[in-house]
Amino acid sequence: MALYNDTVMEHFMNPRNVGELENPDGTGTYGSPVCGDMMQIQIQVENDIITDAKFKTFGCGSAIASSSMATSMIVGKTIDEALAISNKEIIDELGGLPPVKVHCSVLADHAIKSAIYDYAQKNGKTYAGLEGFDPNAEEDEHDHDIIED
Amino acid sequence: MRQVYLDYSATTPVKEEVLKEMLPYFTENFGNPSSLYTKGLESKEAVDKAREQVANLIGATPKEIFFTGCGSESDNWAVFGAAEALKDKGNHIITTKIEHHAMLHSCEFLEKKGYKVTYLDVESDGMVKPEALEAAITDDTILISVMMVNNEIGTIEPIKELVQIAKKHKILFHTDAVQALANVPIDVKDLGVDLLSMSAHKIYGPKGIGALYMRKGLRLPNFIHGGGQEMGRRAGTENLPSIVGFGKAAELAQENLDSHIEHCRELRDYLVERITGEIPDTFVNGTMEARHPGNANITFKYIEGESILLLLDYKGVSVSTGSACSSKSLKPSHVLDALGVPVEMIHGTVRFTVGDFTTKEDIDYTVDVLKEIVEKLRLLSPVNSEKGW
Repeated sequence: MALYNDTVMEHFMNPRNVGELENPDGTGTYGSPVCGDMMQIQIQVENDIITDAKFKTFGCGSAIASSSMATSMIVGKTIDEALAISNKEIIDELGGLPPVKVHCSVLADHAIKSAIYDYAQKNGKTYAGLEGFDPNAEEDEHDHDIIED
Repeated sequence: MRQVYLDYSATTPVKEEVLKEMLPYFTENFGNPSSLYTKGLESKEAVDKAREQVANLIGATPKEIFFTGCGSESDNWAVFGAAEALKDKGNHIITTKIEHHAMLHSCEFLEKKGYKVTYLDVESDGMVKPEALEAAITDDTILISVMMVNNEIGTIEPIKELVQIAKKHKILFHTDAVQALANVPIDVKDLGVDLLSMSAHKIYGPKGIGALYMRKGLRLPNFIHGGGQEMGRRAGTENLPSIVGFGKAAELAQENLDSHIEHCRELRDYLVERITGEIPDTFVNGTMEARHPGNANITFKYIEGESILLLLDYKGVSVSTGSACSSKSLKPSHVLDALGVPVEMIHGTVRFTVGDFTTKEDIDYTVDVLKEIVEKLRLLSPVNSEKGW
């Protein structure tokens, strides 16, 4: 019996890509400790391909596991491919999460977009996947107001 | 791997002596206590004995003890019963912000029915101030309910002092003593409470059985309607084996109260001393002066409680946390919030509760693995003492 499946536990126990890059091309953060989850993602970009990614996360098991999975998924991908990754894909790769965890703990897609946004701003680039994206639009779907059963 | 259970405030294992006492009442001694033949009368006798054992633990008389399905039912009965019985006298109830949900949600329900409820603030150390109670009383106040020991931070509230205020104003007083029972000495006559809730599974008895102490001379409307069980006050065929188990657990608790308290306090103090001494950026929530002997509630800054819980579980250690992420409601602890603990730190709070089967080796093992876990999670965290929150 466990709270999470084996894949989630494996990524939680042995998270990939933990840490910070020395000279990141883009940094993005999302969430806040007040909400219980906060994630920072840094990326290294070469010729529009993400060559490295590191994260640091304050949060529960699923927040850490999804950070680990998300950073693993974007390394080697083009910026456009990384921008197309949704929370659902991250959760699917993890083999699913308890429903109650889906909304509050998976901040990764927003954090990835924020890191790419930062990279785009610094390098004067535009990407279709960033259209309408506001890195400061906090807590949009980050709703804790779930009714107790 | 070593298994260390440090969540005795969540529930306790049934003691061997208790189980042994219970077992015959599942099989050969199965008679319905309401039946008039020997088999039934023997069961009735067993229930009476248990009632006496529970009464003795709190200084009550057996006729003042009514068995219920759980501590929550006892709380519900007390608050709904008082609200119904006294509705012509007033519609105001006073309780505190740190009560168990059995009380808080019952009060919220009554608010929807038109009752007014005052939820008293507590001091930053978790204590209810008698002056605050006095100030909250109005002509419409019909019930005051303050828990004896808080389930999260273990603070022992000044019940006797609060009851004196209630008595001065002739207001009924209920206390939820689920965490207090068998962990602090209780004498209902000395305290002067009118109603007191109890539960068996926190004192090495079975789950699914509780009791309400109702002072002699007081009669609340029934909560469960039906047959004439429990002196006509609580219907439903008696949960015979569990009642017997509750009685035995109460008897053992009374016999061992002093040694239990000393054992728990010693190990709890050792745990607190090691954690706060060896792991930086940690602090204890709630006063250490008047506190449940087994309770340690500790905040680990910059990391989140469910992660700590999971990693401890992986090492065989069972604890609980005030973090929102671990609760079904996804809301952080209302108790720590009432103490004024910043929300980001509530998320990093762990409750350890030791009990009769905890050993010093268990504590040493726990602290040793905890040190590694905290270090690992802090390396993972984007917040730290230099960066701040």
